[in-house]
Amino acid sequence: MTTDRRDFLRSAGALIVLTGAASLAWEKVLAGEPEKAPNYEMSDHWWAMLIDIEKCIGCGNCVRADKAENNVPEEFFRTWVERYHLPPADLLHPKEEVLPEVDSGKEGGAGGFPERYKAGDGSKNFFVPKMCNQCSHSPCTQVCPVGATFESPDGAVLIDRSYCLGCRYCVQACPYGCRYIDPRSNTVDKCTLCYHRITKGLTTACCENCPTGARTLGDLKNPKDPIHEFLRTHKVQVLKPQMATGSKTYYNGLDGSVR
Amino acid sequence: MMERFKDREHLFRMGALFLGALALFMVLRAVFVPKGFGTYGHYREGALKDMASLPLHYAGRHACEECHSDIADARKGSKHEKVACEACHGPLAVHAADPDKLKPTKPDAVKLCPVCHTENVAKPKGFPQVDPKEHGEGKPCGACHKPHHPEIA
Repeated sequence: MTTDRRDFLRSAGALIVLTGAASLAWEKVLAGEPEKAPNYEMSDHWWAMLIDIEKCIGCGNCVRADKAENNVPEEFFRTWVERYHLPPADLLHPKEEVLPEVDSGKEGGAGGFPERYKAGDGSKNFFVPKMCNQCSHSPCTQVCPVGATFESPDGAVLIDRSYCLGCRYCVQACPYGCRYIDPRSNTVDKCTLCYHRITKGLTTACCENCPTGARTLGDLKNPKDPIHEFLRTHKVQVLKPQMATGSKTYYNGLDGSVR
Repeated sequence: MMERFKDREHLFRMGALFLGALALFMVLRAVFVPKGFGTYGHYREGALKDMASLPLHYAGRHACEECHSDIADARKGSKHEKVACEACHGPLAVHAADPDKLKPTKPDAVKLCPVCHTENVAKPKGFPQVDPKEHGEGKPCGACHKPHHPEIA
């Protein structure tokens, strides 16, 4: 094969222009600021969520922020907070499983958690924020008969509202109960990981407004993201690991009683 | 030899039927499968753009700090430093886009502070929590604590 000077210069020129554009974005990703890259590239991200139960104070800021940001209809939730109450262990019958009492306070936690339990009675009490787990092998997308819900190339489980039939199959398939039918459009809806925010370099509404930092958005493809350090140094768990959903919502300090 | 194919018009008829069905399938497919379906997977490519183009309501703390750097400085080193502005002041993307269009009102401390700081047995032990009815002897929170730097000097 022979290459004349014209061909060589043409291909070399194209290579320089293309790698220049790509490296500009990649530099920002390596610097830990993927959001400042000139264009959002789906292939540069793999989003995950970190929830630190030991920091959650049950203030409900995440629920209110989510409702305001995403125009969630009343009585429905894309994220909510649960209060777990484990009564004192039954010392006479330690074989019996102690079942937790679970409630979501007022309005899914948005209205706070009026005190129901007494301090110092030997019970165990804590808050668990819940949301779509953004599974990478999600049962909900597998059952959709028309392709109206899907896992995006950057790791968010999204909904095509214009294509949804409203058949409710995915609502049944989600093991975490994260989906609902929007009564206004009669189509399914759920947490989108604030896809309109994360693609603009902002964090999700719930993470932005969590006052204690109990919720953090993480980019598993970004080598500088603190999520890697956190996952390495903490014992984290996902909800219902036996379902093999490939959940990307990692909980720190998750109690075994949480379902 | 030829008499073995004497009924060949049956084959032609069947072939024509198949071709007709195939053509109909292609036409229906072109009509009903939406544009961009299958680019990344079993879904419509445009759905990603639909989701990404929804309107913002929370501007994010960096947008606030561009103008209100004095408040950002006042918060430095305090326990409230990492609390986002809009966590207390509410969604203000409209204000961030055009400060004259929406003037935010000051949050009412008597209602706002207890949202986080009311005592509850389910809260982590180290978190500062009080009984709002007893704490401060009925004085407003701001009498002792500055919201942007709540520690009492």
